[in-house]
Parts: sequence; C-alpha cells; structure tokens
Amino acid sequence: MIELEFKRKSKLREFLGEKFISINAYAALIGILLIFVFIFKEALPIFTDEEIRDEVTVERMIFKQEFYEGREPKFSWQPNSDVPKYSLYPLFLGTIKAAIIAMLFSVPLGVGAAIYSSQFAGKRMREIIKPVIEMLAAIPSVVLGFFALMLLATFLQNVIGLTFRLNALNAGIALGLAVIPIIFTVAEDAMTSVPKSLRDAAIALGANPWQVSLTMVFPAAMPGIAAGVVLGFGRAIGETMIVLMASGNAAIVSASFVESIRTFSATIAAELAEVVFGGAHYTVLFFIGSLLFVFTFLINLSGDLILMKLKEKLQGKSN
Amino acid sequence: MKKTLFLLTATLVIAGFVIAGTNITIKGSDTLIRLGQRWAEEYMKINNGVVIQVAGGGSGTGIAALLNGTTDICESSRDMKEKEYSQAKDKGVTPYRVSVALDGIAVFLNEKNKVQELSIAQLKGIYTGAITNWKEVGGNDARIIIYGRENNSGTYVYFKEEVLGNEDYSEYTQTLPGTAAVVNAVSKDVNGIGYGGIAWAKGVKYAAIKKDDASPAVVPSVETVSGGSYPISRELYWFFNGKPTGQLKDLVNWALSEAGQKIAEEVDYIPLPRERANEMTIE
Repeated sequence: MIELEFKRKSKLREFLGEKFISINAYAALIGILLIFVFIFKEALPIFTDEEIRDEVTVERMIFKQEFYEGREPKFSWQPNSDVPKYSLYPLFLGTIKAAIIAMLFSVPLGVGAAIYSSQFAGKRMREIIKPVIEMLAAIPSVVLGFFALMLLATFLQNVIGLTFRLNALNAGIALGLAVIPIIFTVAEDAMTSVPKSLRDAAIALGANPWQVSLTMVFPAAMPGIAAGVVLGFGRAIGETMIVLMASGNAAIVSASFVESIRTFSATIAAELAEVVFGGAHYTVLFFIGSLLFVFTFLINLSGDLILMKLKEKLQGKSN
Repeated sequence: MKKTLFLLTATLVIAGFVIAGTNITIKGSDTLIRLGQRWAEEYMKINNGVVIQVAGGGSGTGIAALLNGTTDICESSRDMKEKEYSQAKDKGVTPYRVSVALDGIAVFLNEKNKVQELSIAQLKGIYTGAITNWKEVGGNDARIIIYGRENNSGTYVYFKEEVLGNEDYSEYTQTLPGTAAVVNAVSKDVNGIGYGGIAWAKGVKYAAIKKDDASPAVVPSVETVSGGSYPISRELYWFFNGKPTGQLKDLVNWALSEAGQKIAEEVDYIPLPRERANEMTIE
C-alpha cells in the first residue's frame, strides 16, 4: 500500500519534471521564432509601405544609383542626407572583407593548434593548451575591440606603415581572435574522435606519427574541421562590437584591405538607437538585420549538417 | 506594513506637490538635456512646490510636443523650420523663442600637425573629400585622415549643415561613437582631423578657424564662442507657447541670470554673453 502510494507520487513527480524540462526547451524555440517574426515584421514595410518605398526600395539598395541628376551612378551609404542613400554594397563589401581576413588569420592558427593538441602534444601539454585557447572565447568582444582600437591598430600602422589606422586588416585580426576558439574546439573534437582503430592500423603498417596524422586522421576529421571553419565564419559575419570599434566604420567601395570598412552589424549597432521609429532608415536597418539573421542561420545550419554527417561516418567505420 | 505606509506617505507627498505646486514639463533636444536637468534641479531647490520634469527625445520631438500642447517648454538646438512655424499657426500656437546658452564645435588636430588654422571653406573641402592631402592646406605631404561622429548624432547634423553646407560627408569619413573616441583617434593619428564639443579636447590641439580668407583665425574657447568671434557656434533655444508668464517667466529669467548661466558653464556649455542674456530676459 505504502509502496503503491510512493510509486504514484514519484510518477507524478516524474511527469511534472518532464513537462517542466520540455517547457524550457520549447521556450527557447518559441523565443527564437518570436525574434525571427519581430525582425521580419519591422523590415516588411520596405515592401508594402508606399511612403517608405518613395525613399528606398530593395532594388535601390542593391544596384548603383544616380543620386544626383547628371552625376555618375554609384554606391553610397548616406542615410542622413538631403537625398538619403541606402546602398548595401559598401556594407556587404566591408562585412566580407573583415570576415575574409578573420578567416585567413584564424584558420591556420586554429586548425594548426588543433592538430598539435590532438596529435602531438603530451597529455599535460594538452591539458594546458586546450583550456587556454578555449578561454579566448570567454573574453568579451568589447575587450577585444578595445585592444584592437588602442594597441593593435597602432602596432600595425607602425610595422606596415598604413595610411588608415583603423582598417579592415586591424578589425579582421581582432575578429580572428574571437573566431580561433570556435575553429579550434570543433576541429580538435573532430580529430580526437577519430577511432583509435584507424590510427592503430596505420601505425601497424609502419607509418610515423606525421604520416598518421596527415594522411589518416586529418582526412578522416576533415568534415569536422570544415564545420569549425564554417561556424567560425558565421561568427565573423555576425560579430558587432569588435568591428564597430576597430574598423573605422567608413562605408568605402574599394578592393583594398587596408582602408576602413563599415559592416552590416556595426551599422545596425551605431544607427538604430536614434532613428525615427518606423521610418525608412529604421526599416532599412531591420532589413539588414533580417539579412544577417538569414546569413548566419544558413551558415550555422550547414556547419551543423556537416558535423552530423561526420558523426555518422565515423561511427559507421568504427563498427 | 511599514513599507505600505511609507509608499502611501510618499505618494501623498508627491501628489501634494503636484496639486499644490506648479508642474512644469521640459522636452526636446538631447544636446540640451543635461543642462535642462541641472537647471531644473537647482531651480526646484530654491523654489519649493515647483516640480519640473525634463525629457529628451530630440529637438524635433520637443517641437512636436510644443505644438501638441504636451510640454510647457521645448528645448531645441535649432530654430523651428518654416513648416513647423506654419503648423504652429494652424494649431493656434505662437512659438516664443529664447536663447538660453551657446554651443561651440571644435576642430581637433594632432599635436604634431604643422597646420594651425583652417578656413570654413577648407574644412568643407576636407570633409566632403575635395581636399585629401595636408599640403593643400599648408601641411606636410600626407593623406588627410578624417574622423567624425555617427550619422545620428546632433553634432554630425550640425557640422553637416553649418560647415558642409548640407553636402554629404566624404565616404572616407571614419565614424566613431562619441567625441571622446574622436579625440582619442586624432591623438593617435598624426594626419587625423576630427570635430566635437569643446569640453572634450585632451591630448590634441584645436585648429584655429577662419570664417573666410579675410577673417582672423580664432581658437575655440569659452570667451571666443561667448564673444561671437568663433565661427562654428550656435545658440541653443527654449521655445514657449506665447510669451511666458508667472512661474515659466520666473524660471527662464533665472536660467538667464548670472547664477543660471554659471550652472551652464559648470556643465560644459558656453554661457550667453551678458548683453545677449539681458536682451533675452523677459520684462
């Protein structure tokens, strides 16, 4: 009798516990969905509101515009002007430039460190390296931005002799510091999870450690490394504070990597606080927000898909 | 229980003030809000029973509030536009403008820069991108690196209207959040130039500004802005609906008095010249 009572109680408790946990999971889902809906809703008037479409349309944001009669058509981001100019191209270019430099800087370092830590480092060394690199992720981005603004920019200018102190290179390197731990962690996990049987087989065939890691482990873990790079790229596109502080925020159309840039995320951060609520400028900023959301969503999704594939593959082989 | 009692008393006391005393609302310019708040605090100290609420939102917001009758005083860093004056007429509001303080915009150069003075025309050339090398304005042969404020700052708009004649800034203008960031950037950049409020200059030098080629070059300071010789300065306004009377008149006259203007100077605004303040004072 007592036992039954106890069972019933614990069943109830189990039931409630389970419901509580699943509600938490759904809350996160619903939260993301609501954010999604809100951002798109605020960007929608660009397609529907006549008054806003008088000032800006998607077409005018994408293509070169003849802003003043008789002058050469060009791309320009000047939202606070007699003739408001909302070309997205300079911002897109800035975002991509910063991300490219961040990747050029962080991929070799992140992947290299991952190979060393997973393949060559002794147990003690590995226990030091891994947490230290992962600690980089714990540095607030505003601190990295401040570091780039005050120290890195001066250092780069003195060493390379740059005209512009705050530029794509400076921002990209600082971004790279934020991206390294992402690439490192994912790539390192992928390489350590390559089954020992594969490695043993290679050693048994007489391969030295270099050959084992480069011809055996590295290719097997390739999808994981690729996923790390993709996730890092997503971070580089969306990161705001570092570029806001370190890039100079000038919306220039040029191929140079040592001129200032203005990125999508920094533009939203700098301008959203004081625009007229519901106006054309406000709507454009939300449109940019939607673009960023879709970009990073797709990038992260593809990263996760690659990782899932990798897991299937490795498990399949080890069985 | 104690808490409820306390809350009840507090509510009653506040309600008492509101009912018994005068309630004044001030709304508008974010440039002026700090000064508005300081004046309100000091004025409430010496005038028991007067409650002043100060809110920002921008000059445009303040003017709209004045026209809609939802504020007693509108703070504005610009005059009302023709359109706003005609809207006021339609709504039966007669705007009464009082200058309450001055604001000057300084141009910063790196301490090592050879250039000491610039004319407004040269500044316009630099910031619109027509002049790109320091040697064109008497400096070294080096690219001019231009720094400015974010495009929603009041200073950005003022500089654009006043110096650039409303033309667009050069696309090479690097925008930074806040005057302090601009000063910092110029202090680290030998070929840099920036602009911002006068109170913020540290580690850089002011450019002396010439209104045109024939005018003398003037370095910004409380004296030169207040005396009217510094060319990039503006008056900051309070707008009323009709000539203020009673408590409102008392408040504005106090703000224009020496005591009121001294407070303005304490919080880094530039006081009106005495004559101008007297001229503004309401009989």
